[in-house]
Amino acid sequence: MSETLRPDLALIARTVRQGARVLDVGCGDGALMAAMRDNAQVDARGLEIDGSNVAAAVGRGLSVVQGDADTDLGYYPDASFDYAILSQTLQTTRRPDLVVEELLRIGRQAFVSFPNFAHWRGRISLLWGGRMPVTRLLPDTWYDTLNIHHVTVDDFRALVKERGWTIDGQWFLKGDKETTHANANLFAEHAVFLLRK
Amino acid sequence: MASVPISEDSRFGLRRQARLTGPLHLSSGALLGPVDIAYETYGAMNADKSNVILICHALTGDQYVASDHPVTGKPGWWWRLVGEGKPVDPARHFIVCSNVIGSCMGSSGPASIDPATGDPHAMRFPVLTIADMVRAQAALLDYLGVDRLSAVIGGSMGGMQALTWPTLFPDRVESCVVIASTARHSAQNIAFHEVGRQAIMADPHWRGGDYYADGLVPSAGLAVARMAAHITYLSEAGLTEKFGRRLQGRDAKTFGFDADFQVESYLRHQGLSFVERFDANSYLYITRAMDYYDIADDHGGSLAKAFAASKARFCLVSFDTDWLYPTTESRIIVHALNASGAQASFVELSSPFGHDAFLLECPELNRVVDGFLKGGRA
Repeated sequence: MSETLRPDLALIARTVRQGARVLDVGCGDGALMAAMRDNAQVDARGLEIDGSNVAAAVGRGLSVVQGDADTDLGYYPDASFDYAILSQTLQTTRRPDLVVEELLRIGRQAFVSFPNFAHWRGRISLLWGGRMPVTRLLPDTWYDTLNIHHVTVDDFRALVKERGWTIDGQWFLKGDKETTHANANLFAEHAVFLLRK
Repeated sequence: MASVPISEDSRFGLRRQARLTGPLHLSSGALLGPVDIAYETYGAMNADKSNVILICHALTGDQYVASDHPVTGKPGWWWRLVGEGKPVDPARHFIVCSNVIGSCMGSSGPASIDPATGDPHAMRFPVLTIADMVRAQAALLDYLGVDRLSAVIGGSMGGMQALTWPTLFPDRVESCVVIASTARHSAQNIAFHEVGRQAIMADPHWRGGDYYADGLVPSAGLAVARMAAHITYLSEAGLTEKFGRRLQGRDAKTFGFDADFQVESYLRHQGLSFVERFDANSYLYITRAMDYYDIADDHGGSLAKAFAASKARFCLVSFDTDWLYPTTESRIIVHALNASGAQASFVELSSPFGHDAFLLECPELNRVVDGFLKGGRA
């Protein structure tokens, strides 16, 4: 695989078990699926809302279905995958909590990755500039962003606690490097959680 | 890879016909035999027979998928997808395309001679289903020495056959491409077909289907049937773009019932050219088969159950302007495949051409089919 994976995807690709059955929800053009298939012999299936992304993924030989995470996950049977993956899609769904519930029903474990809205750059932008942050990680303006549910590391942890889910793993990223768990809410640009019910 | 030398085998090549002794056990309970199947093959079967692709044609299609039509002289109806350098390529694949039974391009149908009487079957031909067409294709593959299909591919009614294949012969299909199709005919689909059939049967030349002897065929009825159906193959936007309200070869309305509008002239032309190449009774039989088509109904009402025994990979494609078999129909199939754990891909492609899009220029379609077919060998 010559393609360079986004850091959160590379982390997930390194972590999945060899030969696992994986559903990638919001799989984009299938970069993660292809990496998992080629490097870990993963049986990967994808769900993606954008037609040209689906065409690209199917064009590279992947099994990807065009659909919407908010409405189409109900058609997958219980525990039909080892992992369900939601990478950088959580904040774009209408009901992120229900989507994660569905991931944990379909997969025995679920990877959830999202940009941390409480990163200090965003805080400064809002605190001093008084404007919604437009940063390298959150490059869109408030009116054209697909991110309709901005979430922080601590927000997500609170949701996990409230729903009684178990955290099997958590990783924090700054650029393409892993960063410490301490003060992740302030310093992490990206978070990746591995959950189970 | 070594190839079976096909040039010496008369079963392979263009414009072939097989007489299968049968009999074929039909969905209705009737037996049909002997069965004639007209077909074409392209390319060569490899040594382990792992490169066979069956192409299934639509309602008024035929076996000339990638060679010139003997009546119209037009290039093969799916030359954009099948041919040298295309996703289905005779340089790599052994390609089979046969005329469905019930049709009129050389396979057994109402216009063919009943050996028992020496006369055309006409309406005495047994009523068929899509499953019967597939059973006839399976019998043809037996005759050709083909056990398994690397892929079965079809659009529209061809997609119905492709989707039926893994439900009837789960061990014989490795992958299945279903384009602009459905798992069942809707009330609206049946309604349009009934309009066409009534137009044919209302033609005084139809005479209960016994019109073969004197050459007075129900052309007017068949042309009207084709005109009505043709509207369903196009999108409203496509019609508006192509014709709008423009007048045909005149500057003003004639205040009469001539073909004033270009769209009228176009439809009349479509109807008239169709009757030269198609048999009216075949049109009745094939539309009937499509109306009876409902895969879930054949499996206790559960579409997911229909695919339970299959290990095939599936690729479904719909078009956003297709209102004959709209995207919702493909989604129903995808949800059933997800429920049954099958490997499924699905994409809705954008095209201005309505249902006909599957036959027209669409680079994305080629990219999807090519990637899907190669994906099995990754």
